[in-house]
Amino acid sequence: MNFDFSDDQKFLKSEARKFLAARCPSATVRGVLDVPAVSYDAGLWKAVAEQGWLGAAIPEAFGGLGLGGIELCAIAEELGRALAPIPFSSTVYFVAEALMLAGSPAQRARWLPRIAVGEAIGCFATVERAGVLTESQVQARVDGGKLTGVKIPVTDGDVATLAVVLAKQGGRPGLYLVELAAAGVTRQTLETLDPTRGAARLTFADAPAEPMGEPGEGMALAEAVLNRAAVLLAFEQVGGADRALEMARDYALTRYAFGRPIGGYQAIKHKLADIYIKNELARSNAYYGAWALGDGAAELPVAAAAARVAAGEAFWFAAKENLQTHGGMGFTWDVDCHLFYRRAQQLGLVAGGAKAWKERLVAQLERRNAA
Amino acid sequence: MDFNDTPEEAAYRDEASAWLKANAPKRAGGAANLLDDPASMEDCRAWQRTKAEAGYACITWPKAWGGGGGAPWQSVIFGQEEARVETPGNPFQIGLGMCVPTVMTAGNEADKERFVRPAVRGEEIWCQLFSEPAAGSDVAASRTRAVRVQGKDGNGEDWVINGQKVWTSGAHYSDFGLLLARTDPDVPKHKGLTMFWIDMRAPGVEVRPIHQMSGASNFNEVWFTDLRVKDAQRVGAVGEGWKTSLVTLMNERLAIGGGGGAGHRTILKLAQDISTLAGSAVKDSALREKIADWFVQAEGLKYTRYRTMTALSRGQTPGPESSIGKVVSASLMQDMANAAMDLEDQFGIIVDPAIAPLAGAFQTALMNAPGLRIAGGTDEILRNIIAERVLGLPQDVRLDKDVAFKDIPTGR
Repeated sequence: MNFDFSDDQKFLKSEARKFLAARCPSATVRGVLDVPAVSYDAGLWKAVAEQGWLGAAIPEAFGGLGLGGIELCAIAEELGRALAPIPFSSTVYFVAEALMLAGSPAQRARWLPRIAVGEAIGCFATVERAGVLTESQVQARVDGGKLTGVKIPVTDGDVATLAVVLAKQGGRPGLYLVELAAAGVTRQTLETLDPTRGAARLTFADAPAEPMGEPGEGMALAEAVLNRAAVLLAFEQVGGADRALEMARDYALTRYAFGRPIGGYQAIKHKLADIYIKNELARSNAYYGAWALGDGAAELPVAAAAARVAAGEAFWFAAKENLQTHGGMGFTWDVDCHLFYRRAQQLGLVAGGAKAWKERLVAQLERRNAA
Repeated sequence: MDFNDTPEEAAYRDEASAWLKANAPKRAGGAANLLDDPASMEDCRAWQRTKAEAGYACITWPKAWGGGGGAPWQSVIFGQEEARVETPGNPFQIGLGMCVPTVMTAGNEADKERFVRPAVRGEEIWCQLFSEPAAGSDVAASRTRAVRVQGKDGNGEDWVINGQKVWTSGAHYSDFGLLLARTDPDVPKHKGLTMFWIDMRAPGVEVRPIHQMSGASNFNEVWFTDLRVKDAQRVGAVGEGWKTSLVTLMNERLAIGGGGGAGHRTILKLAQDISTLAGSAVKDSALREKIADWFVQAEGLKYTRYRTMTALSRGQTPGPESSIGKVVSASLMQDMANAAMDLEDQFGIIVDPAIAPLAGAFQTALMNAPGLRIAGGTDEILRNIIAERVLGLPQDVRLDKDVAFKDIPTGR
């Protein structure tokens, strides 16, 4: 039984934490929040690329470090903890993973090395309107290698170099790779809950699009990408939730009311204990997801859904109750509580919300029980 | 991350499993109502003796004391393998998990010689006499009084004990009990307690079963009327009973077992055969969301136990995450049972196992869940423990801290 990060992985994680503590304090996050024209921290992006994190799970042959999914999980947790305002998840968890899963040799050779060094930013463009992503929602269509349609919201679509787009050709859904600098692509930046993670409306009018994977397999491929991303996002959520709990604890120890620290009152103690409980349940589920991701296990769909459901719940609960613990100060712009509150929502929705993932989970359980 | 055993663990598991297959008794019995079935108790004792002779009882204890001289991870693996075979109940758990380790830590040499080996071999059973009607979560408020008197035959000193303990598991079949008593009411409550061992069959000890809300009687009240014990039965120094009791509580066995009972899988199965106004219950999205929530809690606990086992197998002390187990599983059991009953609708009131769906498993769980949320630390106390010991938050205000015990307001 070895159900924890290895010593090497722990070392990577602690180095990542130190690096981000120095390079991504909350002032960095606020630098993106406070300036509407800026949607990510380009300096941090470059520094993260220099650390090799963008290519952590990309094979060495494509310029990556050739580490596994579990190492990427360790990095993800630290990025989540630091609320890193960079398009890491879109580029690495979605697009690099999609390329490794379904990209042609030429597509991998062209894009993975550029992703690994930070030259290419990716985005995953599937959704077109409110509600859970389903096949019938997809109106975007490809005809003769040209894509037409609208994708909204696309996280990091405002800064991305390339998009992996879900669209139909001859009525059958597929994944397509689209360079966003090409003719026929227009982008409109959106106002979102968490401005430290940008998003856009992408409009395609006969934009050049290359198929990824087999035609007609778009929904299955999108789901496979989502499963992998869900595990990695769960680690970001667990990292954020743990940091939110620490903030609440630190504040409760120093804020006095009625002659003693508020952390001495059971209303606060039990609230924080509940955050701890949810965080640990989420961490344990995320570890299982990491195992399934790293091992390429058949259990990945169940593990990913469980990790996502538990981590989404934990981060949301930790973020809102951390803010509540801070009282009136928590409601101000100057105190960081709202950064976590925003990010918890952003991460909770970006790969699909809790309702959809719970349904996926139970459907998988039914399948498993029937087998 | 790897679910597989290391080669060393796998070898130990194979060995344990082969031994269990060869030695586990064929006839199995339950742990409940052992007094009503002497044959079942005899099976329990025989199985414990067999394990002790093979070094599989008290695996982590020194061989000199009758244990196995092994590591915590071996104990965990043996426990997992033992759970796979049908074995008799385990009435020795409280003695070997809590009482006897306390004697080993705080007792005198004669007591260690006298008690440890027979307990390991299942020859003697212990119960823990801590909780009282007015000392539940606040165990240090124990009122059972021990007064020092001249020894009966003029030799040394005795103690005379009067009072009442409650929620004592297994008192009715125990040979000995570990008792926390008030020896000095004139000092603050934590300072006036002393620990003793007592003979449960001595005159002055009366055991009365508690009729639980579930209908079962797993616990007892124990009354002491002029119970005389020798000063040599003291475990630890006079006035050090609270410190000694912390040893007992710290020795609580690492709870590795599963939550047990009817789970998310059972509820999915139940839903397949039930209709709601909107169609089959299994298609009800509200229920499906709940099942997902329960699943991640149950799985989260399972993998949290794996994390604990990983720490043990690496020779490390498990982290504080193991503290979340009971507080999550107890409410999970209660919530699932309530939802299952709602699903059964009017039929849910039936407890008759011959008629109720799934032999009334959820009805039984509903009636047991309140006990689980209270026993061994209430939900509230466990949250306090997480807040104080894991998160480092301040202790609650304690108005009784520096007050002589006799002056502490008691309510009634």
